Amino acid sequence: MTLLSIRGLTVHHGLLRAVDGLSLEMERGEVLAIIGANGAGKSTLLRALAGLDAPTSGTVHLAGRDITRFPAHRRVSAGIALVPEGRRLFRSLTVEENLLTGAYRGRPGPWSLEAVYELFPWMPDRRRQNAAQLSGGEQQSVAIGRALLSNPDLLLIDELSLGLAPVIVRRIYGALRDIVAAGTTALIVEQDVSQAMRVADRVNCLLEGRSVLAGRPAELSAEQVERAYFGIRDGED
Amino acid sequence: MQWINAVVQGLLLGGLYALFATGLSLMFGVMRIVNLAHGDLAVVASFLALALISGTGLPLWVVIVVTVPLFAVLGYLTQRVLLQGSLSSGPLATLLVTFGLSIVLQNVLLEIFSADTRTLDGGAFATSSFQLAGSITVGWLPLVTFLLACAVLAGIQVFLSRTGLGRMLRASSDDRETANLVGADSRHVYGVATAIAFATVALAGLMFAMRSSFDPATGPSRLIFAFEAVVIGGLGSLWGTLLGGIVLGVTQSLGAQIDPAMTLLAGHLVFLAVLAFRPQGLLAGRTA
Repeated sequence: MTLLSIRGLTVHHGLLRAVDGLSLEMERGEVLAIIGANGAGKSTLLRALAGLDAPTSGTVHLAGRDITRFPAHRRVSAGIALVPEGRRLFRSLTVEENLLTGAYRGRPGPWSLEAVYELFPWMPDRRRQNAAQLSGGEQQSVAIGRALLSNPDLLLIDELSLGLAPVIVRRIYGALRDIVAAGTTALIVEQDVSQAMRVADRVNCLLEGRSVLAGRPAELSAEQVERAYFGIRDGED
Repeated sequence: MQWINAVVQGLLLGGLYALFATGLSLMFGVMRIVNLAHGDLAVVASFLALALISGTGLPLWVVIVVTVPLFAVLGYLTQRVLLQGSLSSGPLATLLVTFGLSIVLQNVLLEIFSADTRTLDGGAFATSSFQLAGSITVGWLPLVTFLLACAVLAGIQVFLSRTGLGRMLRASSDDRETANLVGADSRHVYGVATAIAFATVALAGLMFAMRSSFDPATGPSRLIFAFEAVVIGGLGSLWGTLLGGIVLGVTQSLGAQIDPAMTLLAGHLVFLAVLAFRPQGLLAGRTA
């Protein structure tokens, strides 16, 4: 069943056409990784899906409902949550308060404070700590927990592994498997291509705002991905 | 004994300053709006109460109970109709809007009520007092004002830390965009913050009106007290605002003890000293 359907989405970043006529579909329960070089439009796509950047043209449907013109806070109610680039925790709030902000809209679903604490067992002991005192990996976990508490159908994660130690990244991807198992669909932006190929059901490579390669990781060769990633056309090398 | 008396009176006055400054601090903390009409709003509340009393003959406490929620509604509407539009144009635009509002309010008051100096008659309650110890006499009105201020600040603190909407206010203050991402409609959150600010400034205005006289041009000179309390205490901290108000009140009261002409100057000097040597305020925090 199709959860997310994007048709001809164009988003401008000032004068720059950051996302250019992009179309893609996502099935319920799958993990789609968006890869691409810096400035390929990955983050802008996620921000547009979360309602932070307004699209110039195109449509976005979530579970058959047109949400193209929804502001960010209404998309949370509709079932989209974004873990933003750089985690963006509320720095004057404690860990638990940060998590609870995610529950503000009160969308029903499997995720509660207890469920998030079960997913990240270190959290309950430090729930009264200020969010600013956490390490990068811990902050990323809290940011994911905060997004989960809104019980999203579609979880968007921007730059999941950026700036984190490999062991932490592995742990967070382990958690992502549990999250998807609980019925959430995940759209992740990942800098680390090999990581993305390992965890995703499908990958989609962006180049200058356009999708240049899409498919299942097993069906794509390293060479294909490399060419798409760097924008090398046939016969150029 | 005189000095202790001065400290006690200053402490009680400080509670009123804190109550008055809370709204200014809250609006700046959540929306980065410096509300230059803050003092005038207090004066508008005073005149409104005056008109209600002379028009309906209702007792003062009923008028207070009516005026404060009315101001909360006015605050919500002011934010949605007047301030929200200017927010996207940057801090200078909001500053100009509130400056304009301040001038408009003063002139409307002048038009309706003339430039006469008024007071709100609090009856026997406003003038009666009791002996605390020795030569220290405490007026009921200052004491009740102080307790009311503490209760209101505690109430706001509980709202901010214990409720979902309160958390969203603090979250929006930290990072508006991310607050939107977790489901906060910033227009509503800002409306609520302004509603609280207006309600507290109305209450403070009524308390001011019972203890000293006011006229349509009193607002700006009151505004400076709120600024001083907020800056002395530390921006964005509720308890800092209470501390700032108390420091300001005690300083003014001690200044008056030395020489009545020193009252305001003493407060301004402490304000200046804090700005020069501890610009983040005595209690630098970000709870609101």
